[in-house]
Amino acid sequence: MKKFLPWIIIGILAIGLYSWGKGFNNTAVDLNENVKEAWGNVQTSYQRRNDLIGNLVNTVKGAADFEKSTLTAVIEARAKATSISIDPSNVTPEQLAQYNQVQGGLSGALKSLLVTVERYPELKANQNFLKLQDELTSTENTIQTARTRYNEKIKPYNVHVNKFPNTILAGILNFDEKPYFDAEVGADKPVDVEFDFK
Amino acid sequence: MQSLIFGFHSVPKTKNFIVTLIIALFSFTSTHAQFDIPKKPELQTSIYDYVDLLSVSQKNSLEQKLIKYSDTTSTQIVIAIISTTKGENIGLLAPRWGHEWGVGQAKEDNGVFVLLAKDDRKIWISPGYGVEHKLTAGTTGEIIRNVIIPEFKRGDYYGGLNKGSDAIFQVLNGEYKGSRKKSSDNGFPIGLVFVFIFIFIIILISISKNKRGGGGGGRGNRSSGVDILEAIILSNMGRGNYNRGSSGGWGGSSGGGWSSGGGGFGGGFGGGGFSGGGAGGSW
Repeated sequence: MKKFLPWIIIGILAIGLYSWGKGFNNTAVDLNENVKEAWGNVQTSYQRRNDLIGNLVNTVKGAADFEKSTLTAVIEARAKATSISIDPSNVTPEQLAQYNQVQGGLSGALKSLLVTVERYPELKANQNFLKLQDELTSTENTIQTARTRYNEKIKPYNVHVNKFPNTILAGILNFDEKPYFDAEVGADKPVDVEFDFK
Repeated sequence: MQSLIFGFHSVPKTKNFIVTLIIALFSFTSTHAQFDIPKKPELQTSIYDYVDLLSVSQKNSLEQKLIKYSDTTSTQIVIAIISTTKGENIGLLAPRWGHEWGVGQAKEDNGVFVLLAKDDRKIWISPGYGVEHKLTAGTTGEIIRNVIIPEFKRGDYYGGLNKGSDAIFQVLNGEYKGSRKKSSDNGFPIGLVFVFIFIFIIILISISKNKRGGGGGGRGNRSSGVDILEAIILSNMGRGNYNRGSSGGWGGSSGGGWSSGGGGFGGGFGGGGFSGGGAGGSW
């Protein structure tokens, strides 16, 4: 019996280690999938906004002597925003910050465009433009919601991989901590689209 | 913040300064106050009028109308009426609320959440994932602008909500066929089975009640067979309730559901999700 005791202990330890590792890994994979899905929603909503901006630009262009400078600012910001894409399985804080910055820049340009529009009564009476404005507001809200939910999904993942002793395994299995979305510059203020139905 | 700067410029009038400072501080805190979404209610129905904006008969008629619509299409439209969003963006609050309560069926995500903030004079309509391609923000905005707001401006909240609901019905018409019909797609009449189980349970309950009455409470009189029977009844009851909750209900709600008492959605909120989109307006 004494001869087998060390082997039994080693066996039990091995089983324990295996089940710990398996449990850790599978939970991390599940949580990681949730994060990826949430990130997909973030990107879809930003993409939707980009598509809408195309329509917006065309509609606004049609308005007589619309200020060119605000329009070009939006177009440029949009081009910049679409040039950056992120691989969801490997999001670094720098990448996310950059993404955040260009999308924030586009939000800002869009806001000033919508403010400028206030001076063009013919646009504000245009049913198509009003609908477009609704779509844009809706998309901004979808973006905010998607970002919030992304951060919510990040939290359990980070807690899981950062807790001791999981953190040891996380290092070996390459489950890195994921960065949170910081608030977009000026995102605390909602897109101020005035609903002025007189 | 502007009022704060303004306050500094009028330093000689100390009183004014203090007043503006207080106002500035107050507005600062009020914009950061959060609106707490009420807990998911026990009775899950179509109208939650927290400020008694509608009269009882108006509320009932609209509630029945929306429940009936949900019975035939499984699309749940919920209207919540509050006083104020406490400075929160109503366009974010409405979908968050709908999502938290899980309005609509889980599989189809066919919920619509309407939030009316009476004192903010704002309304927002948020569609669930499954209906937003029909009820787009542009269309919703149009309904709000052209159908709802004109009524609200006249002070007729019921008229606005009623006509607005009709407009939403029209947009969604033919979109979903209701989970009752859907479940028969796989060739197995689940709904029918539930109905049989339901009848079976009722029969069993009445039998066991009769026996208990006749037995005079004497425990020794009852054979173990009855206990097993009872266990089956109880487990079936549990299962029946569970299924009813998740499959979107196999009916009963039109007649004032047998377990929900005063109406409400058959099966309650199904757990539908909201993307955060939607449109709104103010009057």
